[in-house]
Amino acid sequence: MARKVLTLAEVRDGSLRNVSFEAIAAAKTIAEGGEVVAALVGDQVQAHANELIFRGADRVVVVEHPNLKFYTSDGYSQALKAVIDKEQPEAIVFGHTALGKDLSPKLAVKLDAGLVSDVVAVEEVGGNIVFTRPIYSGKAFEKKIVTDGIMFVTVRPNNIASLERDESRSGSVESLAVEIKDLRAIVKEVVRKTAEGVDLTEAKVIVAGGRGVKSAEGFKPLQELAEVLGGAVGASRGACDAGYCDYSLQIGQTGKVVTPDLYIACGISGAIQHLAGMSNSKVIVAINKDPEANIFKVADYGIVGDLFEVVPLLTEEFKKLKVHS
Amino acid sequence: MNIFVLMKRTFDTEEKITINNGKINEEGAEFIINPYDEYAIEEAIQVRDKHGGEVTVVTVGSEEAEKELRTALAMGCDKAVLINIEDDVEEQDQYTTAKVLAEYLKDKNPDLILAGNVAIDGGSGQVGPRVAELLGIPYVTTITKLDIADGGKVTVVRDVEGDEEVIETSLPLLVTAQQGLNEPRYPSLPGIMKAKKKPLDELELDDLDLDEDDVEAKTKTIEVFLPPKREAGKILQGEIADQVKELVGLLRSEAKVV
Ligand SMILES: Cc1cc2nc3c(=O)[nH]c(=O)nc-3n(C[C@H](O)[C@H](O)[C@H](O)COP(=O)(O)OP(=O)(O)OC[C@H]3O[C@@H](n4cnc5c(N)ncnc54)[C@H](O)[C@@H]3O)c2cc1C
Ligand SMILES: Cc1cc2nc3c(=O)[nH]c(=O)nc-3n(C[C@H](O)[C@H](O)[C@H](O)COP(=O)(O)OP(=O)(O)OC[C@H]3O[C@@H](n4cnc5c(N)ncnc54)[C@H](O)[C@@H]3O)c2cc1C
Repeated sequence: MARKVLTLAEVRDGSLRNVSFEAIAAAKTIAEGGEVVAALVGDQVQAHANELIFRGADRVVVVEHPNLKFYTSDGYSQALKAVIDKEQPEAIVFGHTALGKDLSPKLAVKLDAGLVSDVVAVEEVGGNIVFTRPIYSGKAFEKKIVTDGIMFVTVRPNNIASLERDESRSGSVESLAVEIKDLRAIVKEVVRKTAEGVDLTEAKVIVAGGRGVKSAEGFKPLQELAEVLGGAVGASRGACDAGYCDYSLQIGQTGKVVTPDLYIACGISGAIQHLAGMSNSKVIVAINKDPEANIFKVADYGIVGDLFEVVPLLTEEFKKLKVHS
Repeated sequence: MNIFVLMKRTFDTEEKITINNGKINEEGAEFIINPYDEYAIEEAIQVRDKHGGEVTVVTVGSEEAEKELRTALAMGCDKAVLINIEDDVEEQDQYTTAKVLAEYLKDKNPDLILAGNVAIDGGSGQVGPRVAELLGIPYVTTITKLDIADGGKVTVVRDVEGDEEVIETSLPLLVTAQQGLNEPRYPSLPGIMKAKKKPLDELELDDLDLDEDDVEAKTKTIEVFLPPKREAGKILQGEIADQVKELVGLLRSEAKVV
């Protein structure tokens, strides 16, 4: 059954986020041959429209307004609601990002709809579109279907493969004028605390430190390794509680759930709450001086040793590799 | 100030998850207050202590949730409400839960509603924003700081994937708690004694003027399964420098991730 599917494209630091391309790919599966329309919302974002077409969208609807410079649920829901009213999609796909998480339930209420959040796989099974999502922070999974109303989902970054970029694709780009007003919450200031670029949930490589890192200073070698690999730094709650790093880096059941291609755990014991957040990574490397540490039970490769010796050596070795390739 | 906390009872984070007859096995499992809801409760108590008023903790759940409600009362909440819809509703999703909560709250004139930003079991993060939208009030999610000035102006710091947004808004308001908001207290012994005498009301769907049809789930779980078990891999041997070389080689040629 062909469906018209709407996706939301997100711009961060002046570029489209990968998860927006993954959302288009998910939308294609759901569309079953129907049209995929991408909504591009913000203040001066039009320039990104063609890229969305190259990534698989059939059409782009742009909503620009000065009041959309910062994300607010009021502003963005007004913009999206206008696009939805105009397009009348049968399904909607957002990224499961800070923005997507905040905005999707509000729109779901406006549409009197259900919402399947944090989807990691989409498939067509016997005429149904079936969504897989983690529950218990990844300790288990459930498969869900939408039984009534519009099919509204958010997709977790890094799990659904985006489509091949194709510059020969073309499609229309249209602007929709929407008045964005009466914002009840206003962003006064954005305090940048993360490094420019790689977001933890979207990173392909994560180098994570635990209490074994021993100090804030101790994270330095991990940062260097992450940099060489183009990855991000994460942490266990042990490290956050000890004040070595910010809670926003925490991975686990009460932190971020991540699924990078490569997860390097340094000085992390592997408590069940930590494993919940990272054990669905593709490849796990553990570096720990205790051969009995639980983390080795989930690691594909383990080195028993002092992280302050192993990590800098690893950085050197990867640097050499980079020079050669 | 009229303050409400939305609280969910969840599996203890220590629990391993097993499946029995296609369902998550709850037999013998320990339950706790959803960790993010503990921050919400703590913040509610602090706001009340500063500005006066009353904190009511509300849950949609089964009779077993009385235990977690009593814990919330022991921490310092004033009243508890259990909305038990088990006998009325078969299929429940976030649509259901939010509608039930909003229906309960709509004539209570809440000034401030606090929720967790996500439940560590269901994990959707939908319920807070849904309730706010159903009530027609603004919300701010994943907050790490809350300041309420006399006169009702509210300043909130919000965690956005590691960056911070400073947001100005006003009451009535719903916020969802992120780790770092505060340090939840443990119930004290006198607190536990007092909690036994605090009011805990139990409501059913009928009491809310809702029919089963009004809250019928829009989504359905058709299967629950466990991820493939991870096998312990290879512990490398030999000199550390050689292990490091071997590891890089393996990541390249065997695992193909770099
Ligand atoms: C409700 C609740 C929620 C929680 N949520 C989370 C969560 O989301 N995420 C999370 O991570 N935890 C969480 N925890 C905490 C969890 O139970 C553990 O306490 C925590 O993960 C331990 O952190 P750690 O592994 O860094 O520290 P530790 O367990 O202390 O382990 C440190 C490790 O470092 C090794 N080490 C020390 N020095 C070196 C060295 N020089 N070189 C190499 N190795 C070294 C040690 O052998 C040890 O294995 C939660 C707990 C509770 C109760
Ligand atoms: C009897 C019963 C049957 C169920 N059947 C199904 C089913 O068939 N299919 C299915 O998918 N799910 C089912 N559920 C689960 C339930 O629908 C969801 O867990 C619930 O809607 C909350 O969603 P969530 O876990 O994603 O919470 P989130 O939206 O992640 O929670 C965020 C915050 O909202 C608040 N909150 C969440 N839930 C509650 C609550 N119950 N009471 C008060 N505050 C709350 C808390 O502050 C929490 O921190 C059932 C639950 C019950 C009790």
